[in-house]
Amino acid sequence: MKRFRRHGQESQRDRLKQELFQFNKTVEHGFPHQPSALGYSPSLQLLAIGTRSGAIKLYGAPGVEFMGLHDENAAVTQVHFLPHQVELVTLLDDNSLHMWTLKAHKGLSELLEIGRFTLTGPPGAPPSVTRVTAVLAHSSGELLLLGTEGGHVFIVEVPGFRELEERNISLDQVASSVPDDYIGRRNLEHVETLQENPVDPNQVVIGYGRGLMVIWNLEKQQAIQHIPATQQLESMWWTEDGGHLLSSHSDGSYCRWMAGGEDMNEEEEEKSDIPYGHFPCKAISKIIQLPTEKGPPFLLFSGGMPRASYGDRHCITVIHSKTHVALDFTSRIIDFFAIRGGPQHTGDPSALVVLVEEELVVIDLQTEGWPVIQTPYLVPLHSSAITCSHHVSAIPLKLWERVLAAGDLQSKHYSKEARPGQKLPLQPWPITGGQNLAPDPPQRDLLLTGHEDGTVRFWDASGVCLCPMYKLSTSGVFHTDADPNDNMNQGTEGEWPPFRKVGCFDPYSDDPRLGVQKIHLCKYSGYLAVAGTAGQILMLELNDEAAEHTVEAKVVDLLQGQEGFRWKGHTQLDVREEPVLFPPGFQPFTLVQCQPPAVVTALTLHSEWKLVAFGTSHGFGLYDYQQWNNVLVKCTLNPSDQLAMEGPLSRVKSIKKSLRQSFRRIRRSRVSLRKHHVNNAAKLQDANARLEAELAEMELAPVQRKIEARSSDDSFTGLVRTIYFADTFLSDSSHNTPSLWAGTNGGCVFAYMLRLPAAERRTDELVTAQPAKEIQLMHRAPVVGIVVLDGHGAPLPEPLEVAHDLARSPDMQGSHHLVVISEEQFKVFTLPKVSAKMKLKLTAVDGSRVRRVGVAWFGSSRSEDYGESGLVVLTNQGDVHVVSLPTVKMQVHYPCVRREDVSGIASCVFTKHGQGFYLISPSEFERFSLSARYLVEPRCLVEVPFRTGSATQRRPQPDGVSSAHRITTQDGEAAESAARRVMEHALLNDEKVLQEIQKSLEGEQTSLLENNVKNAVA
Amino acid sequence: MNKSHRVPSNRSLSAVEVKSKFGAEFRRFSLDRSKPGRFDEFYGLLQHVHRIPNVDLLVGYADVHGDLLPINNDDNYHKAISTASPLLRLFLQRKEEADYTFGTNSLTRKKNTVLSAVLLRPDANRKKPPVLISLPRDFRPVSSIIDVDILPETHRRVRLYKHGQEKPLGFYIRDGSSVRVTPQGLEKVPGIFISRMVPGGLAESTGLLAVNDEVLEVNGIEVAGKSLDQVTDMMIANSHNLIITVKPANQRNNVVRTGGGGGGGGGTASGSSGRSSDSGASYYGYSALSGVGAAASAPSHIIQNFPAGELESDEDDEDLVIEVGGEAEPIRRTLSNYSMPSLPRYEPHLNLRAASALSINRRSLEEEGTVITL
Repeated sequence: MKRFRRHGQESQRDRLKQELFQFNKTVEHGFPHQPSALGYSPSLQLLAIGTRSGAIKLYGAPGVEFMGLHDENAAVTQVHFLPHQVELVTLLDDNSLHMWTLKAHKGLSELLEIGRFTLTGPPGAPPSVTRVTAVLAHSSGELLLLGTEGGHVFIVEVPGFRELEERNISLDQVASSVPDDYIGRRNLEHVETLQENPVDPNQVVIGYGRGLMVIWNLEKQQAIQHIPATQQLESMWWTEDGGHLLSSHSDGSYCRWMAGGEDMNEEEEEKSDIPYGHFPCKAISKIIQLPTEKGPPFLLFSGGMPRASYGDRHCITVIHSKTHVALDFTSRIIDFFAIRGGPQHTGDPSALVVLVEEELVVIDLQTEGWPVIQTPYLVPLHSSAITCSHHVSAIPLKLWERVLAAGDLQSKHYSKEARPGQKLPLQPWPITGGQNLAPDPPQRDLLLTGHEDGTVRFWDASGVCLCPMYKLSTSGVFHTDADPNDNMNQGTEGEWPPFRKVGCFDPYSDDPRLGVQKIHLCKYSGYLAVAGTAGQILMLELNDEAAEHTVEAKVVDLLQGQEGFRWKGHTQLDVREEPVLFPPGFQPFTLVQCQPPAVVTALTLHSEWKLVAFGTSHGFGLYDYQQWNNVLVKCTLNPSDQLAMEGPLSRVKSIKKSLRQSFRRIRRSRVSLRKHHVNNAAKLQDANARLEAELAEMELAPVQRKIEARSSDDSFTGLVRTIYFADTFLSDSSHNTPSLWAGTNGGCVFAYMLRLPAAERRTDELVTAQPAKEIQLMHRAPVVGIVVLDGHGAPLPEPLEVAHDLARSPDMQGSHHLVVISEEQFKVFTLPKVSAKMKLKLTAVDGSRVRRVGVAWFGSSRSEDYGESGLVVLTNQGDVHVVSLPTVKMQVHYPCVRREDVSGIASCVFTKHGQGFYLISPSEFERFSLSARYLVEPRCLVEVPFRTGSATQRRPQPDGVSSAHRITTQDGEAAESAARRVMEHALLNDEKVLQEIQKSLEGEQTSLLENNVKNAVA
Repeated sequence: MNKSHRVPSNRSLSAVEVKSKFGAEFRRFSLDRSKPGRFDEFYGLLQHVHRIPNVDLLVGYADVHGDLLPINNDDNYHKAISTASPLLRLFLQRKEEADYTFGTNSLTRKKNTVLSAVLLRPDANRKKPPVLISLPRDFRPVSSIIDVDILPETHRRVRLYKHGQEKPLGFYIRDGSSVRVTPQGLEKVPGIFISRMVPGGLAESTGLLAVNDEVLEVNGIEVAGKSLDQVTDMMIANSHNLIITVKPANQRNNVVRTGGGGGGGGGTASGSSGRSSDSGASYYGYSALSGVGAAASAPSHIIQNFPAGELESDEDDEDLVIEVGGEAEPIRRTLSNYSMPSLPRYEPHLNLRAASALSINRRSLEEEGTVITL
């Protein structure tokens, strides 16, 4: 009977769990890792990017995003939209072609693969015969022309991929008609490019690698004209009137040819030019020319730089009448295209879109000076490597607007971007395809990322688009090696080529000590604390006006006279003594400098009490930023912890150093033995065992792990992992007091009682802190989180939350509980008398360890007013768990990150509403949701383009076509492919990607610490 | 490593202060550390100072770890004198009334006292044997083979008692592969193996584990499908009371079972003496009984026959709390037994423990994992 009842409760609980929790990976923010192909559909106004890991991503208006993933783990080499249709074709590295479509389903579009195709040559033919090198999606929408390495052109009917053998253009057919005097006639080489005549869809030009271009009539199946260029061909462009052909070549030259009538069989090149000539130049890899309504056309080409002096630049040259600019990018150019204005997208070029390896750059070609348009998506998160992130939910409108205003001032030199909800942008975001049907985000969320170069970037993380809002640089406070004025606008007068730096990807940090390690923002007061690699903690305040002042450093000695200490790490940053001009936005007003200047490992801010607490591997401190006074310093260093004493390990720990360290350790243990345990045989034996173990570790033994209980001698036991403020019952159960809690790597929790003067005397009287409790967890695992629960079992609200009426005030009647989260277990203690009440073991049961933890509130998807608080946990196995509060019971768990993806796990950040972000590549965040109520995912619709007859006159490239040729295919005859796939899978299956992630990880301070912890454990 | 703290400087090095408790009475006297004499003299001295000449006594003392250890021969008497720091605390009991026991896990042992009181009736001891042999419970356990009755003969379940030991656990594990017999025939499956033993470590000294033994379970959780790092973390998380089920590489020393008591049902019928103290590990046998209530509430990822109740029952894994009140006494311990895991429950001992905790040097305390630095 009892059993039945329990069963009933269980199933009820299960049902409730389904209403509360639901795991989804919803959207990827940032810039795709290793892009390899670019495509654009003027009719759909959609941009497509293919990546080396086989992913295909489509972007339209902000919020319109689609993702697809090829089953083959091969790089996407080309992407072509079928003109005026919702289909696109991708060519992969493995020579397979794939047809994708945007299929509407329940009012939302989905990207689906509907077919795949690989060319099959005649039996016995070498693979080069069918190796596709050029693809032309014919404007009829029915044909695909495939040029191959063998020099043949295959014609395939789409979307069904039916080979039309009788229409194929074989090399022999072409070669037979090549003029005899053409020097390269014996070997035309591969088909480099295929272009369609914009005015006559029956004419295509076939460009062969050796230089020969043949204009071919598809209908009559014969060559109309031969253009005998003698340089290696790189690309071709058919001008819009169909009268001229442009060809670009490997020697850095481009030529203009007359594409005449059928009677003209041989045509001299009309004009040839090597734009950056005299000395040998690199190839012009792509050239396009676009006419303007009135005036000279735009000529755009990539490459062509003088080999010796500027061969390493990544440039696109834009020439328009007398204006000539070489846009200089910071990474390799993948591809580019121009967007044209006008209702049919046939007008003057309005924007140049360039995909480079690390970012997407859009140049406004209509505004004087060709400014950069800030992209609302595809923003490179990694313009400097991300070192930490911090999420703040539900930002008050006031703060939001002030941050936006500060950000707008920064992007002054940019063309105004089209941010949702912003009025009258000068030049709106030019890619506007699709409709964003996602509901407005329920709240304003901020994601703050800290970077290696000392900047903090503020991102609007409310919706599908991760929009940059504001960028804060902390480096101005310090003297750095780099001159702040030397980047960007260098362009000296009369320089040739006329370079102009564009793009923001700048992976080179001036000084690694500037790296931001911890961020804490109070959304109510606008106070921001930023802590860095060299033990610096900056307190910043939001100010709408520029201000000039000096920032004084307050040095805090965390060693507290601990002896025998040698800090061998980096020195602290030098603070500028002269006043510094700070632009409107967050401005530093005080600086706390930890001594030794070790990386700050924990940081928290209490804006109501005006206190900031911080911790390093040596101890923790509490600073009163109202009075600019240090309240408390506690050294947590274990005197036997040599590693922490000496500073951070070098990135590459030399074998010499490790040997030296090992011997030093052995010697130390011997010395201590001689002193104290001379006659203790067991100890001697123990030391011998240790010596042997140490020697064995040095050998390159097969992978093995040492099984040893953690001891206080382990390295970095004093490292402060978490720090927390709470107004709770620390000394007796009738009076709650402010308190500070800190947890260390050695499983120790320190609690301090704080005494704050009354509000009116806050500026005069000192804040004091008294030690109240210490808890040593017996299992000694690192403490990664501390939470105090109120009388209802709910986590205490954030500072000022109650004052702003945004949270229910905590229950101070019932007894409070302390939740200590270590890497191995969750433990609930009573307060004020600390005694264990409940616990949940994780590591002892399944061997996984807590890597990231957050407190989240889960709303029920069925009833508006029901919700629960819980702990959200990411383990080292990459699983996310939800643990209930206050009962610490496992609720749900889902696999989330691959366990090998260490940097992904380390980068994870949770929101207060059950969502999370982690890096799937150095440049992309994956967003996931555990909540059944809150879900941010792209919901968008792309309709089959609507066309009018007028478009037949002036057609855009590349999908100019008369409506007569068009067939509608929205009924999608081909079968749908399997379910939607998730991108991350592909990325992480890529061995190279993994290695790169590993590499970037090794350079990361936080992960270094984690590695050390791991090593200490193993 | 500052051993000089052990003997406060203001005291004579040679004298050992002794505080002896019998019932409610205390006696204080001192002994010469260098010339402690023999145990029977000392025994007579105790009877004399307490004025109980004809009472049979059990003599116990509190060692530096707070454990109650017996004094019943010259060796352990000398050990007690030599390690006293600075005070030697003695606890005397009438043999007939013995209600507490010696050893590390004094608290757990207490459960057995009813049993032991029956087994060790005073009148059985009336006739003193000529040689005094200590009882098994007077020793600190180091390791044990458990659940012999429910495991296949080819497997061995070993419990290592790390707590209170200065020895390292001392072994390494590695990845490997083992051959299993499956319906499809022989199959190679990945497994975890012991790769190395540290000489002088606990694992080696027990002789129950050896290189190339395959690790099958850690504290009742199967390791199949888990990575080397996961198993490492599991073992370390359980290191205070590690129970490893291995398939020994050397199958010649297996315990040969008598009778047909194998299988799950055998747990209740056999092994009455060995397993009472190992209840934490022998969950297979008990799961049918105790698991009824607890298993239902256990989270789904936990193996169901490992009752949640037993997860909570390991007293070894209790944390230490120190209250540092501004106006309160320098160290006030919570009276709950949560905070003082290794202490017997009676009050005098607790005080003593607190006192000794202060005087012993910090390093050795940290090694024991019981007390924090102040």
